[in-house]
Amino acid sequence: MVFPRQKLLAQKREAAEARLAPLALPAGGKWITTAREDAKARLSAMGLPVRRDEYWKYTDPASLVQAEAPAAALFDDSDESEVFDTLDPLKIVFVDGVFDPEASDDLAMEGVEIALLSEAAKADLHWARDLYGALEADGQSPVERPLAIFNTAFAAEGVLIRATGQAARKISLIYRRRDAGADVLLHHVVKVEAGAEVTVLEHGPAGARFNQVMEVDVADGATLHHVRAQGRDHERRTAAHLFARMGERSVFKSFTLTANGAMVRNEAVIWLNGKGGVAHIAGATVGEGAFHHDDTVFITHAAPDCESRQVFKKVLRHGAVGVFQGKILVKQPAQLTDGYQISQALLLDENAQFLAKPELEIYADDVKCSHGSTSGEIDPVSLFYLRARGIPEDQAKLLLVLAFLAEALDEIEDPDLADDLRPRIETWLRRRSG
Amino acid sequence: MLNIKNLHAELEEDTEVKILHGVDLDVKAGEVHAIMGPNGSGKSTLGYVLSGRDGYEVTEGSATLDGVDLLDMEPEERAAAGLFLAFQYPVEIPGVGNMTFMRTAVNAQRKARGQEELSAGDFLKLVRARAKDLKIDAEMLKRPVNVGFSGGEKKRNEILQMALLEPKMCVLDETDSGLDVDAMKLVSDGVNALRDEGRAFLVITHYQRLLNHIKPDVVHIMSQGRIIRSGGPELAMEVEEQGYGDILEAV
Ligand SMILES: Nc1ncnc2c1ncn2[C@@H]1O[C@H](COP(=O)(O)OP(=O)(O)OP(=O)(O)O)[C@@H](O)[C@H]1O
Ligand SMILES: [Mg+2]
Repeated sequence: MVFPRQKLLAQKREAAEARLAPLALPAGGKWITTAREDAKARLSAMGLPVRRDEYWKYTDPASLVQAEAPAAALFDDSDESEVFDTLDPLKIVFVDGVFDPEASDDLAMEGVEIALLSEAAKADLHWARDLYGALEADGQSPVERPLAIFNTAFAAEGVLIRATGQAARKISLIYRRRDAGADVLLHHVVKVEAGAEVTVLEHGPAGARFNQVMEVDVADGATLHHVRAQGRDHERRTAAHLFARMGERSVFKSFTLTANGAMVRNEAVIWLNGKGGVAHIAGATVGEGAFHHDDTVFITHAAPDCESRQVFKKVLRHGAVGVFQGKILVKQPAQLTDGYQISQALLLDENAQFLAKPELEIYADDVKCSHGSTSGEIDPVSLFYLRARGIPEDQAKLLLVLAFLAEALDEIEDPDLADDLRPRIETWLRRRSG
Repeated sequence: MLNIKNLHAELEEDTEVKILHGVDLDVKAGEVHAIMGPNGSGKSTLGYVLSGRDGYEVTEGSATLDGVDLLDMEPEERAAAGLFLAFQYPVEIPGVGNMTFMRTAVNAQRKARGQEELSAGDFLKLVRARAKDLKIDAEMLKRPVNVGFSGGEKKRNEILQMALLEPKMCVLDETDSGLDVDAMKLVSDGVNALRDEGRAFLVITHYQRLLNHIKPDVVHIMSQGRIIRSGGPELAMEVEEQGYGDILEAV
């Protein structure tokens, strides 16, 4: 039986109404208040996601939507050095979603303007005003993303970054936790002006529940590198949205490493609007037990000669669930599109599960698009070969798991960043092995 | 060194498929034995059963290496005990670097034997020297294990691993197949360089030619899961000239 559309909408609006009733918009200046009010109105009309939504078929949105963030035990990661620290980035630290000026560096650097969302109203940041909530709003069609609208309305903090030249240092957004119940909202805007280049890093779990939006505008000939590690806390929940609009010959490369977490939904919406743009998005995920990880990607090729790549790898065991929904939409003008998409899961036992929905929708005639999705176990022949050379079973499996993840990690262009993450994964996996 | 008695093996998932029907073999330290035999006679299976591959059930008999029961051990323990199988079909492993693989293997075996692990630098020196002997270039060492290697390159890579691991008992499964004349010479030289009083070889081959390079002490003919005849090098000549017909009939 088909659930009637009207009834579904009524149910979603009801959920939104109940959720919004006790909430007040954060205080702010005029333009941000306008954007927030607009978002709130959009959300009331759209409603909040429910399990019956086609887009939430594999992932239950309940814990991301409910009023109270489910508490999540704090994870002690003092056994390892801070992620990306050796790269000497400019650090911007948030504790439970609140900016920590003591722990942060001066928000000043050659080639880049940086401001906090909470302070933005005071300054005339016309570029931020034009983008805040705008890309998110564009991203609401053809598929609804109400959690991102919620973020636009209620996020009180975030970072506004505008690169005008070659950034002198990488920027690292650091999300620490102190409170086991913190419900965190952050909304970032990144604008990379024509020809400019910057690297934005993120790491840490941010909160018991984290709703994040990053709106990215990469202008003609500009480059943005984005690498994030989402922390190791087991019980945390995350809903992250990345919206990226790309100009001619622009480059955007994004990589996400996820280990653990009760619920993670990472959405990425990318528009290749200018000729010759290059968008790569990749992820490596390791999880076990009560672990649900969802990568949902929507790439629109709207201009000719663009390249997009999606490479997602998940290692799952002990009941962990992985989800991949990835779509490439090639519009009629986007001739000579080169689109590639691969999503793979390595299931370490029969209790792990991978659900994939790869989609291609193509309206141009001269395009090269491929997608593939597989899930499988560790190859017993490879395992035997390694063991026959004297490598103990656990160690051999670890080698094969790392080999499986390598294709995703190879997507990180900067070798220093890859070198920072790779040994961590190895250490985490070694600790979990057995 | 290697002592096999009345070894019977069948497929684990289909016990109707019985492959080894009572193999007897005694290879002494310092010796080279060759095994020849028709396709499907069980030569590779013998190598797999000795090295501990999953999927085979030993139903009768025994196999010991220097008196130690091989069949009771995990594959990695057999390797650490000194057994080496050069695969008929070396496995490609994308994502695992050849160097990482070999260093992990060497150090795992050293660790299992209570020896100190080799440093990255010492290992590099060792590999370079051995690889040079086998004309394996640095590029091949950098690539993932056997990925994109030609048939002959894979076989040379097997011998490189053997040279690095310095096992006591080397089982070479058709290491000559797919090799050109020069490569056959290289590989044979590699094997001969390792010949030693404390080491033995079991060379599975279809061709007498390899045995011109690696001179065997004993040649065995395997058929339908058993050694049906053993003799000196002249037995290989006989097979080369006349095929298996008469030998099989005589049994
Ligand atoms: N895993 C398996 N599943 C099914 N049959 C098998 C399996 N392993 C071996 N066999 C069968 O056992 C027999 C012996 O195989 P084996 O590979 O040992 O032969 P071989 O003597 O090495 O042959 P060749 O000279 O062609 O390499 C063959 O009939 C083969 O089909
Ligand atoms: Mg064989």
